[in-house]
Amino acid sequence: MLGRFSGRRLLVPFQGRSGLAKIAISQLGHRYANVEALKNVNIDIHAGQFVCLLGPSGCGKSTLLYALAGHFAPSGGHIAIDGRAIDGPSPQRLLMFQEPALFPWLTVKQNLKFALRAKGLSRSECERVAREYITLVHLEGFGDALPHQLSGGMRMRASLARALAMDPSVLLMDEPFASLDAQTRAHMHQLLQSIWMKSRKTVVFVTHNVREALVLGDRVVVMANRPGRILQDLEVRLPRPRDPDDEKLVQMSRQIRDELRRAELSGRAAKTEPTLGGEDSAGENDVETEAPATASSVPGGVTGPVGARR
Amino acid sequence: MISDGRLGNAAVRSMLRLMQGYLISVSIGVPLGIGIARSSFLRMTLKPLVMGLQALPSICWLPLAILWFGLSDAAILFVVVMGSLLAISISTEDGVNSIQPQLILAAGTLGIRGLRFYGGVLVPAALPGIVTGLKLGWSFAWRALMAGELLFVSGGLGQLLTAGRELLDVAQVVAVMIAIIALGMAMDRLLFQTIEMRVRRRWGLLPAS
Repeated sequence: MLGRFSGRRLLVPFQGRSGLAKIAISQLGHRYANVEALKNVNIDIHAGQFVCLLGPSGCGKSTLLYALAGHFAPSGGHIAIDGRAIDGPSPQRLLMFQEPALFPWLTVKQNLKFALRAKGLSRSECERVAREYITLVHLEGFGDALPHQLSGGMRMRASLARALAMDPSVLLMDEPFASLDAQTRAHMHQLLQSIWMKSRKTVVFVTHNVREALVLGDRVVVMANRPGRILQDLEVRLPRPRDPDDEKLVQMSRQIRDELRRAELSGRAAKTEPTLGGEDSAGENDVETEAPATASSVPGGVTGPVGARR
Repeated sequence: MISDGRLGNAAVRSMLRLMQGYLISVSIGVPLGIGIARSSFLRMTLKPLVMGLQALPSICWLPLAILWFGLSDAAILFVVVMGSLLAISISTEDGVNSIQPQLILAAGTLGIRGLRFYGGVLVPAALPGIVTGLKLGWSFAWRALMAGELLFVSGGLGQLLTAGRELLDVAQVVAVMIAIIALGMAMDRLLFQTIEMRVRRRWGLLPAS
C-alpha cells in the first residue's frame, strides 16, 4: 500500500522521530452520545513541525484540535504537551478559528494590543510588537481600521497577526481559510508559508482540502470517519515555498483523495493500515472529497498511473 | 406657568428623581443581567422571578412602596427602579447571550480572564444589547416616574398634571402633557438614539455611511 507513494519519494509514511515529542497524543478516544468521534488516535508531533490533519467532515479532526486547545476534555486517552497534560485553554496553545474572531469594537492594532496586554507586556512593548506583526502580515496602514471595514482576507490576516504576536509554543488552526475565496486563500497560503519558513513554529492545521494540506504541511495526517481515526500519516517532501498547481503536488493530492474515497467506500484501507483500530466504516457516507482540487483537477499533462490500481 | 417657573422647577425635580432611580437601576440591572446570562445557578433561580415580575406594571409597586417607605421620595424612587430594572437586566442578558461564541472562545484561547474578560470582552461584546436595554429602561423609568408622581404631592411634573385637573385647567393639563412628551422624546432621540447609532456603527452592525 505504501509502495504507491514511494515512486518519487515525495510523499512517504512518516517515520517516528527520536527525541521527546512536543505534542504526544496517545490512544485518544472520544464519544459524543452514540457517535465515536475519535478512536485510538496516536500522534507524536515534534517541535517545529507543520502538521495538517486532513479528512472529511465528521472524522474528528476538529474534535482533536479543540482537545489540544483545551476547550474540552476527551473521554479517553492522553494528550501531553511538553510532557504535561492539558488543563484548559492557554495562550501557549493558541487556537485560530474559521472566523477571524477579532473583537469588532477594537481596531486591528487595538485587537493585538489588547491580547498582548493580557499576556502581561508593558504598554510600549505592546505597541512595538503589535506594529511588528501588523507589518509581518502586510497590513501596514490598516492598523487603525475596524474589522468590519476590512475585507475577509485582511481580517484573517489581522487574526493571524494577533495569533502570532502572542508567540504561542503551538499554533492550532481550525480550517482558518475555508471561508475565503480561492484567490485570497492562495495568498494566505503563501503568506503562512513564508512566515512559517522564518519562524518554524509548531503548527497543527485542520483542513478538509487535500491540496491545502499538501501545500502547507510537512506532514499530513489523513483521517477517516466512523469512527474518527487515522488512515495514514505521511511526510511531504516537497521543497518550499510550494505551488498549489505544481504537477507533483496535484498528483499527490489525487492519490490521497483516492485513498480517502476508498477508505470511505469499503473500509478496506482501514484494515491494511497498521495504525488503525481495524473497524469497518459503513459505506453509506457520501464521499466528501473536497474542493479546488476536484474542481480544477488535472491540468493538462498529468496523466500519471493514478487511478489505475486494483 | 412657564413664566412663573413652576413648569421648569417641576421638570428639574422630575428629572433629578429620574436620574437617581435610573442610575440605581442600571447599576443593579446590568450586573444582574450578566449574572443571569453567565451563571446557570442564577438563571435557574432569578430568571423566572425577573420574567414574572416583568409582567407587573410598575405602578402596581406603588401601594407596596407607600406601605414600606411612606409618602416620600423613596417610594417614587422604588417604583422607578422596579419599573426599569427588570427591562434593563433582561436586555442585558439578551445582549450577553447573543455574543458570537467565537469571541468568547477567542478570549479564552488568548488567555483573557477575570476582570479583563468581563470589562474588556463581555460587556463591550454585549454592548449593542445593553444599550437597547438602557434605552428601554429609560422609557420605562420615565413612565413609572410620571405615574408615581401623579398620585401624591411630589413637586414634579406629575403633580403639576394633577393640580391642573383639580383646578379644572385643561390648558395646564395639556401643556404639562406636551412638556412630558417633549422631554421624553428629547432624551430618547438626542441621547439614546445617538449612543445606539454610534455603538452599532462602531461594532459594524450598520452599513458604514
